[in-house]
Amino acid sequence: MSIRVRMFASLRERWQIDQVELKPDGIATVADVWETLTGQAMSERILAAVNMEYARPDTPVREGDEVAFFPPVTGG
Amino acid sequence: MAVKLVEGSFDPWRWLLDHQETRLSPGSYGATASFVGTMRDFNDGDRVEELFLEHYPGMTERELEKIVAEARDRWRFLDALVVHRVGEIRPGDPIVLVAVWSAHRGPAFDACRWIMEALKHRAPFWKKERCAGGSRWVARNTDGY
Repeated sequence: MSIRVRMFASLRERWQIDQVELKPDGIATVADVWETLTGQAMSERILAAVNMEYARPDTPVREGDEVAFFPPVTGG
Repeated sequence: MAVKLVEGSFDPWRWLLDHQETRLSPGSYGATASFVGTMRDFNDGDRVEELFLEHYPGMTERELEKIVAEARDRWRFLDALVVHRVGEIRPGDPIVLVAVWSAHRGPAFDACRWIMEALKHRAPFWKKERCAGGSRWVARNTDGY
């Protein structure tokens, strides 16, 4: 089992990641996922979801979870 | 309660009427409030030729349903309909419809406005504009109040 990570909109283009599977080793939180993928600290401007529910940088992440990162939303 | 994402152009007034005729019984509601958002051909001083609306399939629907459920906890209304476009959109096309039916005008007006503002703040949609000079992501929504 792994962690599925998705990026949307400008983040997908910036990091060239649409969807990727990540080994859960050493990953405990949403911020850990972001840092593993990008090598950067997670800024306040980045929104995240775990299993399609809004999450925070310190939200726990487990094997089998889907973690998504996206910029501020602009619908409507 | 209904939440729908549609690809391709839609007629919000037809959706509103269809929903009303199939889901509400005549005489049960005294107020219908609706909001329709339409694509402009200008933004931030530039002419916009086309818009691409990206979303997060699954989460977007879930978040919209949650917004409607939260509105239902706050106001006594009979029914609500939210329809939102995804994909390519042209200037003049409707993007979003929010309609709320209630016995009296207060809950319909208030819930319609609240649902729209919550959608703008929380529903995972992202707009990419195509202008003459190239494409750009819209950084943030304008304030509603």
